[in-house]
Amino acid sequence: MKRNIILFFVVITGFVLQTTLFQALSFGNISPNILIIITASYGFMFGKHYGMTVGFICGLLTDIFYGDVLGFYALVYLYIGAANGFFHSIFFQEDIKLPLLLIAISDFCYSFVCYVLLYLLRCRFHIVFYLKNVIVPEMVYTIFVTVFLYPCILLLNWTRADTGYHSQQER
Amino acid sequence: MSPIAKRKRTKFSIPSKYLLLLLTFVCIVLMAVTFFTDYSATPLNKLVGYVIVPFQNGVSRIGTWLSVRVDELGELRIVLEENQKLKEKVDELTAQNTQLQQDKYELNNLRELYKLDEQYSGYEKVGARIIARDSGNWFHSFTIDKGSDDGLAMDMNVIAGGGLVGRIVEIGTNWSKVTAVISDNSNVSGMVLASSDFLMVRGSLELMADGVIRFEQLTDSAGKVQIGDKVVTSSISDKYLPSILIGYITEINQDSNNITKSGKITPAVDFEHLDEVLVILETKQQIAD
Repeated sequence: MKRNIILFFVVITGFVLQTTLFQALSFGNISPNILIIITASYGFMFGKHYGMTVGFICGLLTDIFYGDVLGFYALVYLYIGAANGFFHSIFFQEDIKLPLLLIAISDFCYSFVCYVLLYLLRCRFHIVFYLKNVIVPEMVYTIFVTVFLYPCILLLNWTRADTGYHSQQER
Repeated sequence: MSPIAKRKRTKFSIPSKYLLLLLTFVCIVLMAVTFFTDYSATPLNKLVGYVIVPFQNGVSRIGTWLSVRVDELGELRIVLEENQKLKEKVDELTAQNTQLQQDKYELNNLRELYKLDEQYSGYEKVGARIIARDSGNWFHSFTIDKGSDDGLAMDMNVIAGGGLVGRIVEIGTNWSKVTAVISDNSNVSGMVLASSDFLMVRGSLELMADGVIRFEQLTDSAGKVQIGDKVVTSSISDKYLPSILIGYITEINQDSNNITKSGKITPAVDFEHLDEVLVILETKQQIAD
C-alpha cells in the first residue's frame, strides 16, 4: 500500500517536472525523458506487474495532455515497462550499472518507436538527422539525469525485504 | 513440502502476461475510439485538469518568479555598462530619428493599404500563460492555463507579438493544449500578402533549430513573390482566421515540377521565449455563420 502511494506521487511529480522544470532546462530543444526513467526503474525494481502499470499510467498522462491519439504512448510505455520487468531477477539494489544501461536502452527504443510511427510513416526519411538531433541527445541527457534521479527513486522504495534477487537469497 | 500443503495466496493477482494483453487491448480500443470517432476524452481531460494542472501552475509560477529574480541580479551589472553606451547612442539616434520621421509617413500610408491592424483589433482576445510544454522532443505544443471555463473552445487561434502561434487542439476545464505552427504535425494554409498567392505552411522538426518553417505549393506563375514578403493566414483555411501574420519569406526555390515553389519562412513569433499568449475568442466557423 505504502509503495502504491509513493508510486502515485513519483509519477505525478515526474510528469509535472518533465513538462515544466526540465523543459526550461532543455539544451538545444532537447529535454530528458523522466517518465522513461520512472517506468524502467519500476519495471526492474519490482517486476513486470509494476512496470506495466506504471508505464500505462505514464503513457496515458502523456496521451491526455500531448497525444493525438489516446492510447498510443500508453502502449509504448506499457511494453517498455513490461520489457524492463524481465530484468527484475538480475537486479541488485547496490548496482547502478544495470539500471543505467536499461534506462539508456529503454529511452533509445522509445525514441526510435516514436520516430518510426510518428515520423517515418509521414515520409520523414532523414533518419540520420533525427538520430543525431533528437534520439541520441535525448538518450545522453536522460542518462545524465538518471545518475541523480535514480538514487532518489531507489531511496524512496528502499526496503530490505522485498526488492531484488539478492535480498531474497539472504532471507 | 508437498504442493497440496502450500498456503493459498490470499491476494488475488493476474499473471503478468494476461495483464499485458489486457492493457494492450485497452490501449488499442482507446486508439480505435479516438481515431474513428470525434470523442476526445473529455472526462479524462477534466480529471487530469484537477490533479495535474494546479501543480504545473504552481511550479511554473515559482520558476518564473525565480528566473525573474536571477535575471534582475545579473542585469544590474550589465545595466550600468549599458548606460554609458546608451548615452553615446542617444546622439547617434537623434540624427537617425529625423530620417525615420520621413519613413514613418510612408509606413502610415502602407498600413492604410494593408489594413492589417484593424483586422486584429476587431477580434476579442484573452491573455493566457504557458504553464507546461510537450513532454517529448518530437512535437512543439504547450499547455496554457485557461480552458473551457474561461470561454475558450477547440480550434481557437492563438497569437503572440502580432504573429500566429497556433491553435487550440485539446481542451479541459482549466487548461488547453496549443499546437504551434512550427510543430512537425502542423499545416497552415497561408497567403502571400503582396500578391495573394496561396501556399501551405508546414512545420518541420528539421528546420526548427534554424528558427524557420517550410512552405510548399506556392503557385507563383507571375514570379512576383520575393524574399521578405509577408505571409498571412489565407481566407480559405477552415481553422485559421484570415490575415493573421505568420512570418516573412526568407528563401524561395523552384520545385522540380517547375509549377510550384517552396522555401522557408521566418515566423513573426519568437517561439523560443514564448511566455504569454493571446487567444482569439472567435473561431472561423462562428464568423462564417
